[in-house]
Amino acid sequence: MAKKIKISINGVSVEIDQDTTILDAARQTGVIIPTLCYHKDLCVAGNCRVCIVEIMGQKRLTAACATPCEEGMDILTNSLKVRNSRKHIIELLLSEHNADCTRCYKNGNCELQKLASEYKIMTQDFIRLVPFKNYTIDQFSPSIIKDDSKCIRCQRCVRTCAELQGVNALTVAHKGDQMKITTFFEKAMNDVVCTNCGQCINHCPTGALVEKNYIEEVWDAIADKTKHVIVQTAPAVRVGLGEELGFGPGVRVTGKMVAALKRLGFDAVMDTDFTADLTIMEEGTELLTRLKRKMVDHDPDVKFPMATSCSPGWIKYIEHMYPDYLDHLSTCKSPQQMFGALAKTYYAKARNLDPETIVSVSIMPCTAKKFEANRPEMHDSGYRDVDYVLTTRELAIMIKQAGIDFMRLDDVHYDRLMGESTGAGVIFGATGGVMEAALRTAYELVTGRDVPFDNLNITPVRGMEGVKEATVKIENPLKEWAFLEGVELKCAVAHGLVNAHKVMESIRSGESNYQFIEFMACPGGCLGGGGQPIPTNPEIRRKRAEAIYAEDEGMPLRKSHQNPEIIKIYKDFLDHPLSEKSHHLLHTHYSPRDRF
Amino acid sequence: MTTNYLLKRVDFIFKNENDWEVILSKSINRAPQELINELISSELKGRGGAGFPTGLKWKLSAEAVNAIKYVICNADEGEPGTFKDREILSRVPFKVLTAMAVCGHVIGAKEGYIYLRGEYHFLRPELNKAIVEFEYYCKEIKFDFSIKIFMGSGAYICGEETALFESMEGKRGEPRNKPPFPSTSGYMGKPTVINNVETLAHTFTIFKYGAKRFYDLGVQYSRGSKLFSVSGDTPKPGIYELELGMSLEDFVEEFGDGDTKAVQVGGASGFLVPRKRFHETAIGFQGKLTGISLPTGGSMMLFNSSRSMFNVLDNYLEFFREESCGQCTPCRVGCQQLLKGIKAVKRGEKNAQYLDKLLRLTETMQYTAKCGLGQSVANSFSSIVENFREEMIY
Amino acid sequence: MNPVTDLIKNLADEYGRERQHLLPILQGVVEQEKYLSEFSMVEIARELDLPASEVYGTATFYSFLEYKKMGRYIIRICKTITCSMKGKNQVLLAIEDMLKISLGETTPDGNFSLLQTNCLGFCHKAPAMLINNEVYTELTPEKVRDILSSYMKKQ
Repeated sequence: MAKKIKISINGVSVEIDQDTTILDAARQTGVIIPTLCYHKDLCVAGNCRVCIVEIMGQKRLTAACATPCEEGMDILTNSLKVRNSRKHIIELLLSEHNADCTRCYKNGNCELQKLASEYKIMTQDFIRLVPFKNYTIDQFSPSIIKDDSKCIRCQRCVRTCAELQGVNALTVAHKGDQMKITTFFEKAMNDVVCTNCGQCINHCPTGALVEKNYIEEVWDAIADKTKHVIVQTAPAVRVGLGEELGFGPGVRVTGKMVAALKRLGFDAVMDTDFTADLTIMEEGTELLTRLKRKMVDHDPDVKFPMATSCSPGWIKYIEHMYPDYLDHLSTCKSPQQMFGALAKTYYAKARNLDPETIVSVSIMPCTAKKFEANRPEMHDSGYRDVDYVLTTRELAIMIKQAGIDFMRLDDVHYDRLMGESTGAGVIFGATGGVMEAALRTAYELVTGRDVPFDNLNITPVRGMEGVKEATVKIENPLKEWAFLEGVELKCAVAHGLVNAHKVMESIRSGESNYQFIEFMACPGGCLGGGGQPIPTNPEIRRKRAEAIYAEDEGMPLRKSHQNPEIIKIYKDFLDHPLSEKSHHLLHTHYSPRDRF
Repeated sequence: MTTNYLLKRVDFIFKNENDWEVILSKSINRAPQELINELISSELKGRGGAGFPTGLKWKLSAEAVNAIKYVICNADEGEPGTFKDREILSRVPFKVLTAMAVCGHVIGAKEGYIYLRGEYHFLRPELNKAIVEFEYYCKEIKFDFSIKIFMGSGAYICGEETALFESMEGKRGEPRNKPPFPSTSGYMGKPTVINNVETLAHTFTIFKYGAKRFYDLGVQYSRGSKLFSVSGDTPKPGIYELELGMSLEDFVEEFGDGDTKAVQVGGASGFLVPRKRFHETAIGFQGKLTGISLPTGGSMMLFNSSRSMFNVLDNYLEFFREESCGQCTPCRVGCQQLLKGIKAVKRGEKNAQYLDKLLRLTETMQYTAKCGLGQSVANSFSSIVENFREEMIY
Repeated sequence: MNPVTDLIKNLADEYGRERQHLLPILQGVVEQEKYLSEFSMVEIARELDLPASEVYGTATFYSFLEYKKMGRYIIRICKTITCSMKGKNQVLLAIEDMLKISLGETTPDGNFSLLQTNCLGFCHKAPAMLINNEVYTELTPEKVRDILSSYMKKQ
């Protein structure tokens, strides 16, 4: 038990735990102190000074986010002095900010705008500094637009990139009035170690970092009668989208989302969960094949641990940071790209469509997926496999633009052929989900029995712990897998690239001896992706995860290999996992990039 | 009456120091508590400008429990108009080194650093020689203490103690949030005493002659002597050790050129005092004497009637705009607004009332900036604008 | 191997490879090369196992750590109040006139770069300037011409 201390906030005495910051103490007692540079995911910076409060007896004001309470403190959060100073600070921020709100992508969802509106900053007394500065707008990345004229230098993005992701693509450079948020030698985001994960976007309070949106392109495609527009939706989108459209966090809106997509005019609404199941078939088989090559064939070239390859942020990270470990990656494409490759082959054939006329759109919780779709590796269908990637946020914008009353939509089911999925596909959206789905299938493949966890729930790989581990012991395998008898399959799950770094270092040092590792670039996995609704914070991530697992529990089928459409695609098209056709369409290799 | 108070020259700091070995040996054989008490009773306050009681600083670090502690000598002398620390380090380095070692003895630190500003790179070879000699002697008397020089690279803000730690840790010199304070969490997160060069030199005096000799100088709240860096419109620019508590009138009489219009006390981050207030202004720490009492790191810049106060303020603000670390809003944006603002008023693009808005802004900066830099911009701004408003407009 | 790479390795050997030794290493490179090129910063990042962006962010904070190509002799003339009052501008004009460059520029032969800097701590002997690490004080246009001439003859 923490020691309790007594303080007073706005004249009300309260008892709080020692070491609580003034900001937290206020929030606990129902007093809201505005903030900008503060974010629950990040360490305290205390540099925007918006959260200043008055402590009686002190001449200077104090940053509430950075100051622990002390016994007997008498705190005022709304005194005249506080209000005047806070207003000044907001005015100062606005003077340095390109406050062109009506033309801003973040209009309506900007923390600075909200603050300005709360404090009714109606005049522009201070001199506008924007015209004096030589700001750049970096649009080279297929995922991220960085507009320095909107930046308020709160450094949330810098802390995100360093603390959550360990990527450090962004940094603070120069000092004084020249101080700015930039990259190494002020290069374009596309030319540095940026993984396109979009966490910086998700943590940016203003419009300085936003996704590159492809909304108009998709509208154009839908309107083009000569095009057949097919859309896929990633697992995590269904537990996030609601937040943008009037629901609280953690509400599943799968059926409404499908209904909305149909109303938007997509010709076919399919599910990335289907290719998530397919990924499990391919990746699970790949894992077992690697084990066999190692244990039976004693092939020295086979690499362990095998690492998942679903997360494009993670892929770019390993290309930059651990290029010597690229052989450890599963050769499987991500579910999005498997879907893309199949849309213009399998789907086109089944529906008798000219692949040339197909426009393949995906709705992703992710900005790195935009980059992934743009990779030269991703043209195996003979076309660009995925044409446009929209984030959860962009889809919400389209739904609003179309005047759809989302709340009142009735549930609709996905279209057939690539719209069926199992609970295993759904949990791809949460950290540990790919691992859990893979184990459910691989264990059964090897032993013919259910994985030995209560109700198929492999709880050790669930939850928000940065690195999770699980060991599955294989007993009484089927005859063809007899060499696995007694083998303990050691698995690990890492989410957030800073945790990926930890695991990779433990591999490099030889400390760990995992066979199979799931890596997700974003904290919480895809449900906490850079393309998800803003805000995303630990509590919201937890709620989205609960929704994902609830969705899984509610599915009639919960193992990928049971998916009837999966069985069908192998029968009609792919033959068997790791067949020549799957190799051509569903697998790929990546190349090293520079770390510096 | 301070007006009758005579300017008293003192000669402690630069007096010969051939006895540093004796002082060192004697001091490290005294109990830490005794040395702390000596400092506390001398009422020595930090000579860098902020005026924190030195004895208390040492005491707090001594009480902090940690196997590793540091003593840092802040030689990042960057305040415009200040140049005393360089003189101390070049003329009496052993006093500073001895004081650092004694501090190490008091708080339980074995490592000391001198953070030397990049502009003083030329001091380094001589200072290094002194350190070698000093460390040799320490070894001889079996006293475990080493001193290294850490070079700055041109950043005024690194004189702020926590920014200095950041800089030494290989980072951008951005001030930290306080608490924690250096006495518990300083360089590398360890308890650290960080003292200005001159402060350390004064402790030498105190350890040598005892607290009383020091205490007897100066006035209440402002004990002892202090080095003053005198520059500007004066026939005798240079460094002078004077007793604290002197009146500005006496000072100007001694150092002015007969036409002194104003004196900037404490550098760009200090206050400008116009002629009409010389008689009621004393130089020292808080505690009113007869009028206003101004603390200072020792910078005394004199301006005669040929000087435009607008140009002076413009120069200061230019300085702050560049030297702000840029992390906190009030300082980063505030400095830009002040600079642009006074220019706009001067050009007639903003009316004279805009100066009042700017004055209120400096008040906000004083209340809300993260560190002393942003907080003290208000000092020179308000004292210049209020006293020379006409010059700002026409 | 590239001489800069060698230099950085040697500096890292001398000071250590932890973050707290970044500044001395940056200074060591600047001492030799006069500025930090993109290449140098990448090499330092590699040697200290730091993100390149961090090296850049740190280096650009300090005004003596130049990151644009500089001449052999970097002239930094103090522009703070006392030096300004005591004729800094005339001195500056004399330098510009003599070297035929403006502030922020480097002579075509790569010998001199001309910069301004904040207070050098020689207010009592204003105006002052640095040429690399050497201080020159109580400058006059005449005096500065003599000083620069002596540098020109050095080559």
